[in-house]
Formats: sequence, structure tokens, C-alpha cells
Amino acid sequence: MSLTTQVSPAPVAVGEERPAPPRRRERRPFSIGRVLGWVVLIVSLVLTLFPFYWMLKTALTPAADVIRNSSAFFPDNPTIINFARVLGFLSPDEDRAAGGSGASINFLLYLWNSVVYCGLIGFFQTLFCAMGGYAFARLKFPARNALFSVLIAALMVPGIFTLLPNFVLVRDLGLLDNLLGMVAPSLLMTPFAIFFMRQFFLNIPVDVEEAALLDGAGKARVFWRIALPMSKGPLITIGLITVVWAWKDFLWPLLIGRDESVRTVTVGLGVYLQQSPNTQPDWTGLMAGSTLSVIPVLILLVFLGRRIVESLNFTGIK
Amino acid sequence: MSAPSVSAGRRRLAPSAPRRRRDDRRVALLFIAPVLIGFAVFYLYPTIRGLWWSFTDYSLLGEPEFIGLQNYAEVVQDGEFWNSMGVTLYYVVFNVVSQTALALLLAALMHRLTRSVVLRTTLLIPWLVPNVTVGLIWLWLLDTNLGFVNHLITGMGFDAVGFFTNPALGIPTISLVNTWAFTGYTALLFYAGMLQIPNDIYESASLDGANEWRLFTRITLPLLRPIMALVLVVSLIGSFQIFDTVAVTTRGGPVNATRVIYYFIYQHAFNYFNMGYAAAMAIVLVVILGALTAIQLRLLRASESQLA
Repeated sequence: MSLTTQVSPAPVAVGEERPAPPRRRERRPFSIGRVLGWVVLIVSLVLTLFPFYWMLKTALTPAADVIRNSSAFFPDNPTIINFARVLGFLSPDEDRAAGGSGASINFLLYLWNSVVYCGLIGFFQTLFCAMGGYAFARLKFPARNALFSVLIAALMVPGIFTLLPNFVLVRDLGLLDNLLGMVAPSLLMTPFAIFFMRQFFLNIPVDVEEAALLDGAGKARVFWRIALPMSKGPLITIGLITVVWAWKDFLWPLLIGRDESVRTVTVGLGVYLQQSPNTQPDWTGLMAGSTLSVIPVLILLVFLGRRIVESLNFTGIK
Repeated sequence: MSAPSVSAGRRRLAPSAPRRRRDDRRVALLFIAPVLIGFAVFYLYPTIRGLWWSFTDYSLLGEPEFIGLQNYAEVVQDGEFWNSMGVTLYYVVFNVVSQTALALLLAALMHRLTRSVVLRTTLLIPWLVPNVTVGLIWLWLLDTNLGFVNHLITGMGFDAVGFFTNPALGIPTISLVNTWAFTGYTALLFYAGMLQIPNDIYESASLDGANEWRLFTRITLPLLRPIMALVLVVSLIGSFQIFDTVAVTTRGGPVNATRVIYYFIYQHAFNYFNMGYAAAMAIVLVVILGALTAIQLRLLRASESQLA
């Protein structure tokens, strides 16, 4: 039995998503294969979401209840005290009373640090890589292709190799526990972003830019006034990817920004886990912190989900 | 920013228009300057410096002291290094195979059953979440005493399983945790590739009586090969660099059963202060990864030519 014996009314355009896919109402024959397929999809949805539910449920459970009855499907006495204590709203004594270790923990600050960290990297890297990508795609200058190949070769170098000397460089510059030291290596470029932007500019038609050039505009003006505004989509896309990666960063900010004042969310979670006793981790606090690291991602997804999903089509194939 | 002055400069050059069209080196220099500085300072310089360190004894505190090839000689004979590489390879194979197979299944199902954006977006969530968070959530779900999964297992009458504390289970557990985290992302890459395959091929094939399995093996898989190769290269290199999940869940233990290469290099650099030795190991890793990538890229090219 085939899943699509019926010919769809209009063949779906290849490689492009429609804003609102028409709901295809034609009747399809019932088949065991189809049902099994849907079962697999639904099971994967549940497996995807359940760990997040468990995280949230634990975060909303009083610490004592988690030890008493950790398999309960719903919190018996839901509470937001775990959020209050990881956000640093409680005094050490109140924290200990609520099941914490009394150690200093301030996710409000870590969230802010993460937002600044991601914002700086996302904005500047996107801007500089758009400029660079445009130059490599459109401007003529000596050794252009050789230079581009060298930049792209950096894609092959595993992160840990440049990480060690970069750590020493940032340390020698006195920028440990400093936001500037944390963002420095990603602020100006990544090979991937350059590659992505160049590819994009190569693929848009040159007509508009040429018309502007004939009108006497300089190349720089053409970039700022025409090419850049035309590229809002890809700019947002690469900016989003950069922000997501920066949000997930752990090893680098851990090395450079261990101090509480510049700690990002991921580093905060890592340090919090280390401070928590190995035999009896502070699960409710850890899950409250984890929830806080997920919420911004969900907000991003609600507003820009389609764009994120579509960016994968682009990065995956081009 | 610098745009106005640049365009002013351009205007002054206006009379020599033909020359301007041949070469834009002034504007180009301004445009690529930030990128070049970033590259020189944070990619090129550290690469040269790391190379130099690999020939030295360097403790992070003193000055690097040249010792020739001694680090490399030690790396090659270092049983712990090769053990680490073995652990990493075990993880890579386990993770890439499970992740690719599952992602292919999900992508094919989505492709043939639904175009729901909600479904695709939901499957992507684990990838958007920091690996540290993923590690923490699963550390909790798989906890030996209080974890949800062990409640299920003991509820069925079995003994609780030490997913992260049993040396034999460490790498499979971490592989599956990261499969959970990355399958949705990989599936979307495959799905995007499948959208490129013209629908009429499927339609005419099914009119000819081909069933879904035949459609998948005879149309989807062969036409997906270039993207498959690309995804495999990316996942392979990516999995070799596993660090966060290990750092959160097992910290290389128990008894080094999950001490992957990134973690081992990290320990040598920042716990034992053997920066020279760590740099030498990193270079051996670069060489191994380079060789693997070259092999894969050759396969990629082969599959592209077959498609054409």
C-alpha cells in the first residue's frame, strides 16, 4: 500500500516552504504503515518533550518532596521557591531551609550575562561577517580567493586546538573574568559565518547593485544602502544561529569567566552542580536553573521558530 | 560608521572610473579588516603558538622550554591517550550511527506524512538547549536512586541501573543522551534534503505500484546521498569534539571509562598544567580529524558524481 496513491492537487514547490501549507483534505486509504508512522512520530514527540516536563515538574517541587516521592507525576505542593532561590532572592538561611546549600547563586545575574554575551557576539559577528562576506563575494582585490581559502581552512581546526593558546592570550592581556575577554574570539568572525554570508551574496542577483553603481554610487554605499537591507533574512538567520551557539557555549566561558560577576547561565549551572554535594545533588535547584536556561530558547522559538527551522534548509544544503 | 568617508574617497577617484571597476582594494580592505584581524589574532596566531608549544615543555606559568619531539614521542606511547582516543571513537560510532538512523527515519516519516511546522519546531528544541542543560536533565532522569527511568525499571521488578556510574554503560548512555539532543536537528537537515527531491518521481513510482519501502530505498536514499555525506562529515567532526555532556555527567569517570579526548586534553592543560603535552595531543587530533575528513570528502565527491 502506498501512502500517497492520490495525486496531490498541486505539486508542492520544491525546496520552498509555503507560509501556510494548504491542508490537503483528499482521502487517503487507511493503512497499517501510515498508522505505525504516526505512532513513531508521536512517540518521538513525547520522548522529546517528556524530559522537559520532568525538569519543570522537579523545579516546581519542594526539595523535601523530591526525596520523599520522586516518582510523582505531578508536584503535590507546587512551589516557586526553587526559582526564587536560584535567582538569588533568598538569604543563605532561607536557601538552606528550602533545600539549598546556602552557596551564592544568582541566575538573574547569569541570565543577564548570557544575554549580553550572546547579544554582543550575535550583533558584531553578523555585521563584520556580512561585510567580509560581501567583500569576498562582490569586491575585486588581489589574492581574494587565496585569502578566502585560508579563512575557510580554519573550519577544519578543532576548537580545542586554538582554545589553549587563546586562553593564554586572554590571560596575558589581563582579560580573565572580563566580558571583553569572553567575547573577543567570536566577536569579529567565525569561518562559518564568513562562508555563509559570502555564499548568500553570491546567490543574489547583481542587477540592482549594478544599477546603483551605474548611478555613481560607491561600492561601500551600495553595500550599506542596497545589499545589506536586501539581506535582512539571511542576516537574521545567521545572527540567530550565532546567538544559539553562543547561548550553548560552555567550555570557553568556563575557562575565561568563572567569576560570578561575568558567569553565563551554562557556567552557572556547571559551577552550581560542582558546589552541590555529589551524594545528594540539589535537584530542585538544578532543575529550576535548567528551566531558566531553556525559557529564552523557547521564547526565541515562539517568535522566530519558522525562521530557525528554515535556516536549517539553507545551512544544510548550500 | 566609516561609510561616509569611504564614499567621499570614492567620489574623488571618480574620474579614473575604469581603474575603479577593475579593483576595489580600498573598500575591500575596510570591509575585510575586522575579519582579518579576528582571523589573525584568534585563529592564525594561536595555531602557530600551539604548534610551537607542542615542541616545548610549558606549564602555563613559566616560559615554554624547547624539548624537540619529546611530547610527540610520549603521546604515541601514552596508553592513556590511546585509551582516550578509543573511548572517543566508541562514542563517535555509537552516537553517529544511532543519531543518523533515527534522524533518517523521522525525516522520511515527516516527508511522507506531514508538513507540520509545529512538529518540526518541537523536534528541534533539544538541539537549541545548551548541552550542559541536556546533561543535567538526563543526569537527573537517569539518577540511580531517584531518577524517573530507574523508577520505571525498579517498578518492573529489575534492579536499578547505574547509567552514569557503571563503566560499561557510561559511553552508551552519553551517546544516547546526545542522540536525544541532536536527532531532531539532523532529521531536519535530511528533511530539507528530501524536499529537494521532485514530488512527481514519487508519484509516478507509486502509480507503478512501488510501496513505501521501495520508494524510500530506491528514490529517497540514493537522491539523498550528497546531503547524507555532508551530514555525516559534520556529525563525525562534531561528535569527536564531545566535551560538555561528559563534563557535566561523568567528568571522565568511572575509572576513565568516559574520558573522551577533549576532556583528556582539557585535564592535561588546565588540571596538570602540561600545556606543551596538551598541544601535541591536540595536533595529533587535528591530523586524525583531517585524515577522516579527507576520506569522507572523497566519498562525498564520489556520490555527487554518481548522482549527476
